[in-house]
Formats: sequence, C-alpha cells, structure tokens
Amino acid sequence: MASRTKVKTLTIDGKRVGARGDATILEVAREHDVYIPTLCFLEGLRPNGGCRMCIVEIEGSNKLQPSCVTQVYEGMEVHTDSERIQNYRKKILQLIFSERNHVCSVCVSNGNCELQDTAQKLGMDHVEYPYLYPHMEVDATHDRFAVDHNRCIMCTRCVRVCEGVEGAYTWDIANRGINAKVITDLNQDWGDSETCTSCGKCVQVCPTGALFEKGKAVAEMKKTRQFLPYLSVMREEEE
Amino acid sequence: MSKARVATIWLDGCSGCHMSFLDMDEALLDIAEKIDLVYSPYVDIKEFPSDVDVTLVEGAVSSREDLEKIQKVRENSNLVIAFGDCAVTGNVPAMRNSFPLESVFERAYKENVTVQETVPTETVPELFEKVRPVHEVINVDLHMQGCPPPAETIKYALTEILEGRTPELTDKTRFGK
Repeated sequence: MASRTKVKTLTIDGKRVGARGDATILEVAREHDVYIPTLCFLEGLRPNGGCRMCIVEIEGSNKLQPSCVTQVYEGMEVHTDSERIQNYRKKILQLIFSERNHVCSVCVSNGNCELQDTAQKLGMDHVEYPYLYPHMEVDATHDRFAVDHNRCIMCTRCVRVCEGVEGAYTWDIANRGINAKVITDLNQDWGDSETCTSCGKCVQVCPTGALFEKGKAVAEMKKTRQFLPYLSVMREEEE
Repeated sequence: MSKARVATIWLDGCSGCHMSFLDMDEALLDIAEKIDLVYSPYVDIKEFPSDVDVTLVEGAVSSREDLEKIQKVRENSNLVIAFGDCAVTGNVPAMRNSFPLESVFERAYKENVTVQETVPTETVPELFEKVRPVHEVINVDLHMQGCPPPAETIKYALTEILEGRTPELTDKTRFGK
C-alpha cells in the first residue's frame, strides 16, 4: 500500500511537521513533543477513541476528532490546545468523575493514578456536575487481584490487553451507556473465571485503582507497562 | 494597616485540614501578624461573626446544621474557600451516598453496637439523605484540593490572598494528596 505509507506534511499548532501516511495525529504530536492528554489510549494496545480526552480541532471541520484514531492527511491543520478543546476536555473529565465513586484519598492508586494526574494537568479543581453515587461492587474473589468498579472509567484497556496481547478474552463489557461495566467471562466472579491466566496484564494497564494487586500498600501500587510495546513488537515480527 | 478578618469552619470532615493548617509551623507566626482569627475551632468564639474577609471551609455538607452554618458563612464572608477534598468533592463522608440513609443508620447504631441499639432522634442534627460538596450548596470562590491540602499550599494560598492576589492552586495540590 504505497499510498498509505507516503510521507504527509501537516501543521500541528501552526508548526509544520512531516509524518508517515498511516500515522495518527496523536502519534505525530508525541513524536514532536506536543502534549495531548489521553486516558483510554496506551501504546501497545489497539486504540479505540473511547474517552475523548485526546480530541483536537481540524481546520475545515466543526467536529472535534479523537487524535488517537484519526489519521493524518496532506495539508491537514490541527489545533491541539484551543480554549474550546480545553473547555470540552475539562467537561469530559468532570463527567467521568461524576459517574462513579472516585474517592482518591482512600484509593490504592492514590498518587499513581492517570485520572488524578489528568485532573491536575488540566486544572480541574472541582466537579460542576452533580455526582451520581452509583452503588458499585468490588470483586475480590481472585487469588491475587481485585476489581473495584467504583474506580473504573470504562477505558477498556483491560479488555484490549486481554484480547490483543494475552489472547485470553477474559474481560468484556456488559450493559450499555451509564450502566456499562467490565466483566470477566460471562459476568462470573473473577475468581471463578476459566479463561483468566492470572497474567496480571489487565492490572498493569489499568489507569486507576479499579484493577489492583491484593496485599500491596498505596506506595507500592505502581503499575508497570514497559512490557507492552515489547510484546506488541515481538508479536508483529512473528506475524 | 488593618488586619484581614479570617475564619475557619469545620463541617463533616475529620479535622485533618485544620491539622494541616497547623503544620505550617513557624509560618503561622507571619500569618498571625497579618490576620485576626475571628472564628475557628482553634479559638473559642461561639457565633460566626459578620464582615469576614476570608473563610476556609473544611468538610462536606451532611446535615441541616451544616447547611445552616454554611449559609451563614456565605452571607458573612467576602471570600469562601472550599478547604480540602471533603469540601471540594464530598470525599469520605460522601461514601455513604451509595447507600440508603436507613441502612447507614442500621450499620452505625445497630449492627456495630453491643448496647443501646437505638438510632438517635433528639439533640443531634438531622442527617441529609446525601452528603454534598460545598459548591453544590453555596457559591465557592476558590477550591483547594487535597486530603488534606499540604501545609505549604495553605501557606501559599493565604499569603497570596493577603497580598491581594488570586492564588493558582491546581499545580500545588491535587485530589487525594
């Protein structure tokens, strides 16, 4: 596919850059040290454009596009940090906080949480929407790990790493909209899962304290993700 | 130069934010020279006064008493600061919001006690069904996150306000820390 790999030139925040023809805006922005916040995106996992944190403006379009799944094209003019985008990102983040019960002070990921970091980076100092306070469960039936649905932001990283990297297909999504939640197998307890290999990749890619290792203190609950790009490259080479 | 009239108040919280305030150590001496502490758990004043320049509000709004207090704070204060995560988000007190109030009472006054299994109805303030962050009840001028906000952040914020500037707090504290 020669046309897909052809070099494209575009501007990001007024700066002219060159990019691979099949690159996404986010990839090009990161190559050129342009900060675009992300939550559901993680290098090494199939991007799905779900959280909308990485929205950007493209000249000629009124729609804000998720940069992690939008390919560059020749002559594209991208704006990553306009007042409009900042405003929407903050609102999206506030909606994420208001939908579940994110109590950072009693969370095992306090201080090592991408949601917490993003709130600080975007200057979100309070939530303007009423909190919903849903009654959510904690499943601690697995020997080594647990899932606290109160802290899940539905980024689906656990689902994607389990299907795309581990190949176990243990995680999935049940229900729709605000009632959606991550489940193991056919909505069974994680400890009863017949497909889970206990590899722990889902725990390591989770951006919040929703998936965590049992028996670890807050200071120890740092997630390790270096294995992901490595595994992805190895898999591509094998294919 | 007249001193700034400063108040602090403690609603549904653990007093951790007030403890963090005291953690400013010797910086308290500098601040004390510039303020009159007109109402606070630190001093013995019964009535919230009028004409307050700055009030730091620790804790969420959980009861009728909290609501009456915070409304008076708003009426009588020029600048209201939501002081710490309970005031800003509801935080730990709001963890009961996922349960019906009835089951919270059952848990607190019946399941976990060995004598006098009774839900109190007299001399205690009426609890609301939901705990709410302060800005859902009154207008808040400044949000200071943290559980508790670090002493350094409190010092910075007060110093800036006393100098007539608006402090930029988001890079100095965060939810939970």
